[in-house]
Amino acid sequence: MTFTLSNFLLFMVNCILTNNFIFSRYLGCCPFLGVSNKVETAAGMGIAVTFVMGLASLFTYVVYHYILLPLGLSYLDTISFILVIASLVQFVEMFMKKSMPALYNALGIYLPLITTNCAVLGVTILNIDNNYNLLWSVLNGVFGALGFLLAIVLMAGVRERLESSNIPETFKGFPISLIIAGLMSVAFLGFAGLGVN
Amino acid sequence: MHEKKHSLRGVFVNGILNENPIFRLVLGVCPTLASTTSATNGLGMGLAATFVLLGSNVVISLLRNIIPDKVRIPAFIVVISTFVTIIQMLIQAFVPALYDALGLFIPLIVVNCIILARAEAFAAKYSVLFSAADGLGMGLGFTGALILIGSIREMIGSGTIFGNALFGASFEPMLLVTMAPGGFIVFGLILGIINTVTERVSKRKGAQAS
Amino acid sequence: MNLRLSTGPHFVSRESTQTLMLDVIIALIPTTAAGIYLFGTKAAWVLAAAVIAAVACEYIFQKLAKRPVRVTDLSAVVTGLLVGLNMPAEVPLWLPAIGSAIAILLVKELFGGIGHNFLNPALLARGILLASWPARMSVYFMPVRLLGNTSAIPAGVDAVSSATPLIRPGGYEIYDLLLGNIPGTIGEVCKIAILIGFLYMLFVGTIKWHIPVLFVGTVALITWITGGDVLKAVLSGGLLFGAVFMATDYVTNPMLFTGQVIFAIGCGVIVAVVRMTKAYPEGVTFAILLMNILTPLIDRMTSRKVYGTVKQHA
Repeated sequence: MTFTLSNFLLFMVNCILTNNFIFSRYLGCCPFLGVSNKVETAAGMGIAVTFVMGLASLFTYVVYHYILLPLGLSYLDTISFILVIASLVQFVEMFMKKSMPALYNALGIYLPLITTNCAVLGVTILNIDNNYNLLWSVLNGVFGALGFLLAIVLMAGVRERLESSNIPETFKGFPISLIIAGLMSVAFLGFAGLGVN
Repeated sequence: MHEKKHSLRGVFVNGILNENPIFRLVLGVCPTLASTTSATNGLGMGLAATFVLLGSNVVISLLRNIIPDKVRIPAFIVVISTFVTIIQMLIQAFVPALYDALGLFIPLIVVNCIILARAEAFAAKYSVLFSAADGLGMGLGFTGALILIGSIREMIGSGTIFGNALFGASFEPMLLVTMAPGGFIVFGLILGIINTVTERVSKRKGAQAS
Repeated sequence: MNLRLSTGPHFVSRESTQTLMLDVIIALIPTTAAGIYLFGTKAAWVLAAAVIAAVACEYIFQKLAKRPVRVTDLSAVVTGLLVGLNMPAEVPLWLPAIGSAIAILLVKELFGGIGHNFLNPALLARGILLASWPARMSVYFMPVRLLGNTSAIPAGVDAVSSATPLIRPGGYEIYDLLLGNIPGTIGEVCKIAILIGFLYMLFVGTIKWHIPVLFVGTVALITWITGGDVLKAVLSGGLLFGAVFMATDYVTNPMLFTGQVIFAIGCGVIVAVVRMTKAYPEGVTFAILLMNILTPLIDRMTSRKVYGTVKQHA
């Protein structure tokens, strides 16, 4: 796909709104449900994921096109991608421990769990499936993650507000969070048809 | 190494009921939502995941004393992803319809939290036989849950079950149920209902016991 | 007299829920009457089905969940009415019934009942119905009787199923748009009835003027800037109905004035954009729902008077 301003904007709209990673594609649900009780933590997680997804898209593109394909080993993509991602997350962890200790502590176990975040591995595979060049791959990663960030922050806002609500005991936690996510994705259906893939 | 006395059968049943990965542990949410658009898809995903779970649990258990602790997570990941690659190629070759239906979520079995969690919590500590039982139990529990949710979504959203029409021509399916929002809502409702039922049952048991 | 005061955080009035709801119902009477006159007894049945289902669901849920039964506060009646008014007249009765059930059970009661829902129940139910049964929900018919001096159905309009003002090239005449001699949902077509209701609610203090006015005003402004026919744009589709009756639900819009202004303008922008890009024939439902979702964040921003600094942590 050629790079024009309108393509860029439409692509952005598509990744963040129309095909939102959480609300349309189901990618990234575990941290979405797990880290969305406070807006600040949710935002922090979203930003960390954006960082990881952008870099993951970059590195996996390089690995796929310059190592796997030339050697005829494209079927090893799943294994190599996940290893790239795991290492990336290790580095991000070490970096955050030194420079952003408060966020590092707030995210806790969820930081290394970014490795198992479907959205990260998902976007790297989507890049290959859609035949994106380097630019669109990275943009896909970044914008997809921004969609994740949007979703998780919106969710946190709603959950903070519902803290004082009278939800049936057996529905508190996961069940109601899933239902909230579902109701929110109904609203996001309104974006269907906008943007370009 | 063995703190608790497990029976093989106990471990196996544990994965299906007490610690059902979807309904009790609530792991593996993404593939659950994506593959329960129909009962058949749920079954397919469940069996694929069971294959990987069984294989990786066995291999990791075999190697558990050899893998150095520092690199255990990457090592687990390599084992798991190997099995995923195998099943991916098998499905692509033999069941292309399933491959198209599940799409992205077949390779995403690698990051299915269930598999890594079981590797870490069980396979790394227990013998091969027990690990296999755990893998099989968890996998079947996963599959069962997927089939349950998938059937419900298929019945309401398409009016069919395993592809067979259930209701007459005048049934108008609720299309949203097989779409993303429907997945979230149906799963959330089922989870809530199961919680409510199990709570009432245990209350009654508690009342009987006292 | 039932003087139960709602514990919802956005409740600022000293009236009881019941008198508030009663005022809304009164405000909806012109629209309901116009809808039934225009679309015939089918419309009356649709509305009845919606209201009865809503009240029944709330009663049953509250009994089963062992909560105080509060159907007399009339909020279920209002929700049911709004669900019904948001339907085309020619729908099988199970559709508004399911819509009401979804609105009451899923969006309202499951979250704790009145005051605790974070989305407008009638609107979300409409969104779900639109996505689930698109064919049923998007087929609109010309009214069976017309108001005013228009004696005949305009030329070129199929009496069986027709294009709504937003889809039909050239739209309809202002006169018909105002009176409701056009295809659409039961409640949205007669703009004069909606305006009467709006004025009533302003008069008795149920709502304030700024949200509907700013909402519609933003759409008008953007239409004017992009060179469209402002009056027709404002009078077409569900804009007036949504702005007056749905966007003003104070449980789901921001608490403070600044927040409400942002909310209203946001709704207007989304509607204008959706209409321009023609992604959906009508954007009002989704615009309001999206702004409902943003409301908690808008409240956070406006209460601290600081703009979007989410990266504060070290």
